[in-house]
Amino acid sequence: MKRARLLFLQAMVMVVALLIWHVVTAYPLLGDVKTIQFFFSTPAAVIGRTWTQLTGTEIYYHLGITLTETVLAFVIGSAAGIFFGFTFARQELLAAVFDPYIKAANALPRVVLAPIFALWFGLGIWSKVALGFTLVFFIVFFNVYQGVREVSPTVLANARMLGMNERQLFRHVYWPSALTWMFSSLHTSVGFALVGAVVGEYLGSSAGLGYKIHEAESVFDVTGVFSGMVILMIFVIAIDSLVTLIEKRLLVWKPQQNARTV
Amino acid sequence: MAQPQGGARAQAPAAAAVDLAGIDITFHIEGGQRYKAVTGIDLTVSAGEFVSVVGPTGCGKSTLLNAAAGLLAPSAGRVSIFGETLAGLNRRAGYLFQQDALMPWKTALENVKVALEPMGVADAEADRQARDWLARVGLRAFVDRYPHMLSGGQRKRVSLAQMLIRNPEILLMDEPFGPLDAQTRQIMGNLLLDLWSKDRKALIFVTHDLEEAISLSDRVVVMSAGPAAGIVADYRVSLPRPRDIAEIRLDRAFHEIHRDIWASLRVEVQKAYAMGEGRELVEGAGA
Repeated sequence: MKRARLLFLQAMVMVVALLIWHVVTAYPLLGDVKTIQFFFSTPAAVIGRTWTQLTGTEIYYHLGITLTETVLAFVIGSAAGIFFGFTFARQELLAAVFDPYIKAANALPRVVLAPIFALWFGLGIWSKVALGFTLVFFIVFFNVYQGVREVSPTVLANARMLGMNERQLFRHVYWPSALTWMFSSLHTSVGFALVGAVVGEYLGSSAGLGYKIHEAESVFDVTGVFSGMVILMIFVIAIDSLVTLIEKRLLVWKPQQNARTV
Repeated sequence: MAQPQGGARAQAPAAAAVDLAGIDITFHIEGGQRYKAVTGIDLTVSAGEFVSVVGPTGCGKSTLLNAAAGLLAPSAGRVSIFGETLAGLNRRAGYLFQQDALMPWKTALENVKVALEPMGVADAEADRQARDWLARVGLRAFVDRYPHMLSGGQRKRVSLAQMLIRNPEILLMDEPFGPLDAQTRQIMGNLLLDLWSKDRKALIFVTHDLEEAISLSDRVVVMSAGPAAGIVADYRVSLPRPRDIAEIRLDRAFHEIHRDIWASLRVEVQKAYAMGEGRELVEGAGA
C-alpha cells in the first residue's frame, strides 16, 4: 500500500513538471509561443523525438560507443587504482613520498585535461577513456588504499596466528577488505567513468551520446538536446541498477541496514 | 601457597610448553615517551596445564599473552616454547581474541576451513573437518551464516573451532568471553572445559573475572597494577575435575580459594583504581 502510494506521488511529480512545461510552451502566457518553443521545446516534441530515436537504430551505435568508453575507463581505472592502492598501502615510504603529488593530481579539475588527451590520443574513443580513467583511478585508488589500511588489526593478527603467509593474507584478508571499500564506491566510480566519456565526447568526437547532444546544440535543436539528455538519463539509470545488482551479489556478507531494525 | 617461580630452566627433562623468563615490555609512544607495561615476568606453563592470569584492568595481561604468542617481541627477557627460544610468531599456539577476529566476508564454515589452508589440507578434507568442528561447538545448523548473522556467543564458538581445528599445542586466550553476557559465559566456559579436557593442551587464559579464572583453571596467576606490572602471586587450584563451572562456584573449597586469591588481587585492584587518573595522563600523551 505504502509502496503504491509512493509510486503514485513520484509519478505525480513528473506529471506536474511536464504539465507546467507544456502549459508554458503551448500557450502565450510568457510571450510568443514560437520564441519560447525555440528555447524550451515542448514535452510532446521531446518525448516524440526520444521515441523515434529509441525505436531507430542510429542511437544504439552512439550508445554502444559511450558504453564501450565507460566500461574501458572503469576497468582500466579500477585495475590501476587497485594495483597502486595496494602497493601504496603496503609500502609506507612510497605512500609518504608520493602523497603530495597524488593530492595535487587529484585536485586538478579533470575537464581541463580533455583537450590534451584529444591531442595525445586523437578524437576516437581513447581520449575519452583516458579522461574517464583519471576520474575513476583516484576514487578506486583512495578506497583500496583505505581498505587495506583499515583492515581490523584483530582480524589480521588472528589470520597471522592461523599461520597464513603473505599470499594467503592477501587472498583472505587484504583483498576482500579492499574490495569492500571499492564496491562501496562502485556507483560513484561507474558514474564518473560515464561522465568522463560523455564530457570527452562533448568536447570533441564524431560518435557517442555526448557527440549527439553537442551536434543538436550546434544547430540550436533544443528538442534534440533535451531528448539526448533523456536518453542519457535512461542509460545512467540502467547502468546504475546493474551496479546495484552486482553489489548485492558481491556484498552478501555485509549486514543489511534494514535487517537490523525490524 | 605461592609457587616458586623461574629457577630450573636449564634443560629440564620435559621442557615447559611456555616459559617466560625475565620479560620486560616497554612501549614507545608518540612524543618520545615510554610506557613500561610489564617488568620482570617469570611464568612457566607446563604441557596440559590450564593457567589463568588475573589482574586489574590495564595491568598488561594481554601484553604478556601477546609476548607468548609472538605478536609482540619483549624488550628484555626470553620466551621459550617447548624449550626453544621464540623468534617471530608462535607457530605452535592458537590464539582466541577478545574482539571479533573472524573474517566478516567468510561464512562460519569458510572461516573455520581457512584455518587449515596454511597447513596444506585438501579442500574436501578441510570441509569435512570444519563441519565436524562446527558441530562440536554446537553450530551444526549455522555453517553457512556470515558472522554478522551470528550472536556474540556463536561467533566465539566459530573462533574456538577455528583455533582448535589446527590442533595447536598451546592455547592462548585473551578475555575471550569478556564481551558475552553472564549466562553465555558460563555455557562457553563449560564448552571450553569440555573441549580442553579431551586432550589437555597447555592453556593460558587471561581474564579479569576471578570466579571464571578459579572455576576453569589449575593455576591462577595474579598480576600487579600497571604500569610496570609484575606477577605478585601464583595459586594452585586443586578442585576436582571434571567441573561444572556454574555449580563449582557453590563449593566450599571454591570459596576458600577465592578468598585467598581475592586478598592479594584486591590490593592490586585498589592500587590500579587509585592510580587511574595518573595512568590516564600517561596514556593520553600517547594518543
